[in-house]
Amino acid sequence: MTTATASHDEHHHGPEKGLMRWVKTTNHKDIGTLYLWFAFIMLLIGGALAMGIRMELLQPGLQLMDPHFFNQLTTMHGLIMVFGAIMPAFVGLGNWLIPMMVGAPDMALPRMNNWSFWILPFAGGILLSTFFMEGGAPAFGWTFYAPLSTTFAPDSTDFFIFAVHLLGFSSIMGAINIIATVLNMRAPDMKLMDMPLFVWTWLITSFLLIGAMPVLAGAVTMMLTDRNFGTAFFDATGGGDPVMFQHIFWFFGHPEVYIMILPAFGVVSHIIPTFARKPLFGYSSMVYATASIAFLSYIVWAHHMFLTGMPVAGELYFMYATMLIAVPTGVKVFNWISTMWRGSMTFETPMLWAISFVFLFTIGGFSGLMLGVAPADIQYHDTYFVVAHFHYVLVTGALWSIIAATFYWLPKWTGKMYNESLAKIHFWWAIISVNVLFFPQHFLGLAGMPRRIPDYSLQFADFNMISSIGGFAFGASFILFTYIVVDCIRNGKPAIARPWEGAKGLEWTLAPKAQYHSFNIPPSKELIKSESQHS
Amino acid sequence: MIALNFLISLAVYANDCFYLGGYMSKLSSVVALSIALISTAVFSEYGLNMTEGVTSVSRDIYSLHMMVFWVCVVIAIIVFGAMFYSVFAHRKSKGAVAAQFHESTKAEILWTLIPVVILVAMAIPASKTLINLEDTSKAEMTIKITGHQWKWQYDYPKEGISFISNLAKTSKNSLRTDLKPQHYLLEVDKRVVLPVDTSIRFLITSNDVIHNWWIPAFGVKQDANPGFINDAWAKIDEIGTYRGQCAELCGKDHGFMPIVVDVVSKADYAKWVAKEQASAAAAADSATKTWLKSDLMAKGKDVYEANCAGCHKIDGSGIPPIFPAMKNSVIANGPAVEHMKIVLHGKGGMPTFKMLGDADLASVITYERNAFGNTASVVQPSDVKSAR
Repeated sequence: MTTATASHDEHHHGPEKGLMRWVKTTNHKDIGTLYLWFAFIMLLIGGALAMGIRMELLQPGLQLMDPHFFNQLTTMHGLIMVFGAIMPAFVGLGNWLIPMMVGAPDMALPRMNNWSFWILPFAGGILLSTFFMEGGAPAFGWTFYAPLSTTFAPDSTDFFIFAVHLLGFSSIMGAINIIATVLNMRAPDMKLMDMPLFVWTWLITSFLLIGAMPVLAGAVTMMLTDRNFGTAFFDATGGGDPVMFQHIFWFFGHPEVYIMILPAFGVVSHIIPTFARKPLFGYSSMVYATASIAFLSYIVWAHHMFLTGMPVAGELYFMYATMLIAVPTGVKVFNWISTMWRGSMTFETPMLWAISFVFLFTIGGFSGLMLGVAPADIQYHDTYFVVAHFHYVLVTGALWSIIAATFYWLPKWTGKMYNESLAKIHFWWAIISVNVLFFPQHFLGLAGMPRRIPDYSLQFADFNMISSIGGFAFGASFILFTYIVVDCIRNGKPAIARPWEGAKGLEWTLAPKAQYHSFNIPPSKELIKSESQHS
Repeated sequence: MIALNFLISLAVYANDCFYLGGYMSKLSSVVALSIALISTAVFSEYGLNMTEGVTSVSRDIYSLHMMVFWVCVVIAIIVFGAMFYSVFAHRKSKGAVAAQFHESTKAEILWTLIPVVILVAMAIPASKTLINLEDTSKAEMTIKITGHQWKWQYDYPKEGISFISNLAKTSKNSLRTDLKPQHYLLEVDKRVVLPVDTSIRFLITSNDVIHNWWIPAFGVKQDANPGFINDAWAKIDEIGTYRGQCAELCGKDHGFMPIVVDVVSKADYAKWVAKEQASAAAAADSATKTWLKSDLMAKGKDVYEANCAGCHKIDGSGIPPIFPAMKNSVIANGPAVEHMKIVLHGKGGMPTFKMLGDADLASVITYERNAFGNTASVVQPSDVKSAR
């Protein structure tokens, strides 16, 4: 302890040296880095599982694995990608960027910040360890519908429940921290409507997290007692109802979908104005649209359940409410395009990812609209059409924005520039392969291929093979991505403080490699005004 | 339609190119061209789009699907058209100077209201279809469908017919071989038979986990919830064979519980009912007599492979610890009463098998007790009957 305090002098508040820097850190940048690397490792693990899935599906027949193991792969792929990769990556971005964007020195609750990160590797470790347990990992899908996940589940399910609880704690603490930071640590002269869109979307997402994660905790706790303590929440023979599980799950699950996409909207709302050299179109309508989407996300959950035997009135209501989401989402897309309109565009790597986000996410939005039409959902439900839909919104939506953000802010994080031509090669490789991977899945679903099956009849063979080859190519693109990022950190050319000509935002007023504590003196009113998105 | 055809041929073309990639070294371009022509000729096999189906509901669903699809296409052309125009025209390298406009309340109101109008226009036919397809009150006959891990049970309550439908052996035996039978994974050992032009109500439930009974051509897809009964209906217009699959993850063999329905004329349906009733009566008779061990073992092997081998494996080795082995099992070598109790009522993850007939159960229990090197007692149908 004495060495640690000795290195702190009043003028230079730098990081500790060695491994303990990362264990004990309370610094938002260090913790953001930890989150991002954790998310990236989980992305690679989840991606490796997906490679296993696509290898089995390359040809009809069972070539590589038992169907039970296949179900473990699909389940763990979904859980790891949602809870291990996408969510922590956005918390990492939030940690890195929010204090810099609101003119604060650090997060409001730095010790809790450390804790909420360090829960994650343990939760992820517990989740992954189920693969090595007797009976295997959870094999009931990432949606873990009862009673498949209660009476009929492997013993490792209790470890899964514990891991979900831990992940929930971590997310709620992260959300509280972000709300506290945005509301209390903001530069005194920054009004709410001066905040950059990324901060706004994260603030709204935090409220979604605080609302939704306890519901998930409730669902898994009921599972736990059903499995171990003789309750019958989801067991009809004891007076329970398996459909109630789905209501509770999706009351969490639908806001969760927006937890994974609202910060993505924020990221894209920074990148497009920068490279169009034009202010964001309709700043305030963007804020209101985000808030409306967040509100609507709480009242549409049963559109995942049109086939459970809901009354017609329920189906009609959930169909109308779901279709309504297209309106604020449309507003966002129109605003991004209006931002590009009559701009002076250049196409550096972050812009390529952002524009392709708008394009591909909108395709996911169209298939989402189709799925929202309840009678048509009868034919789409639980087919590859759904798989294609949610991979278009989560991979070419959420993940796309995370990669865009990485290239956009990497110079600020490292003080160095990445290799632009390699990054462009990586972009084209990824965007072609991801479409070869997911686009044919629309056809498979419409032709009647159910999801979550390890083997399929012969008429699905061709598109599955195309999809698998696309999958392997997309998976391989992450090798190049890793190289580009590591190469930037190690050998990148020095960056300037504002490496993008049109970039606005307080973060660009900091040193090329942002200093350890972002703003020790709050930025002035003039600076906030001139760096705001609506000037 | 031209656009759709274009899309299809593009996909087929991409498909061909793709295939050729792997074999290019072996094939001359002439051969390549002929393969491209052949596969274009049979592209209907590829299945790019939803099919219309053979009920009024499935056709309504299809036209809703196409309507929403074309609305999306039109919106996509406008929105992406504007975006790509901007990407090409408003670039710095062409000397574009950025305008500085950044809001327009008029535009925001316009692109809020226009989508609302489009959505209302879509919601009206969707609501009509939905209300129609949920109304099962006009049914002329009813069948009950029960999902089991991993097979379907069909009951015709009024006709007194009941049977189990498993994945066909031809598919089961070719899971790990290169040669696949016709209708691989979409064939069963006993098909459902239904009359044409008759309004049929399906009562759908489950015995263990949630399953989902889906025949795309009927536009019927409904969850089978344990402890609850859902309903759906169809009036099938065309005689033929229709295939579907379980559409809700239900455990290990979710991918291996197909549905096959033979839709026949009303006269043929009546004949089928009479035949089924006669064989049900014969089965009831055979359950009262005493069977030879060799007959029990022979029948037991078939029942075992259809119902038990999925978990306990053909050679009785199981997948411990979730699915215990039959070989040297304490239960299969212990008292017959305990063995029958587990098969009849299930235990933990193992479902009940009481829907099987006395003769089937007696033979499968006898088989389990005397195959795989086990040596235990023979169980007669009358024993099963009294154990129920």
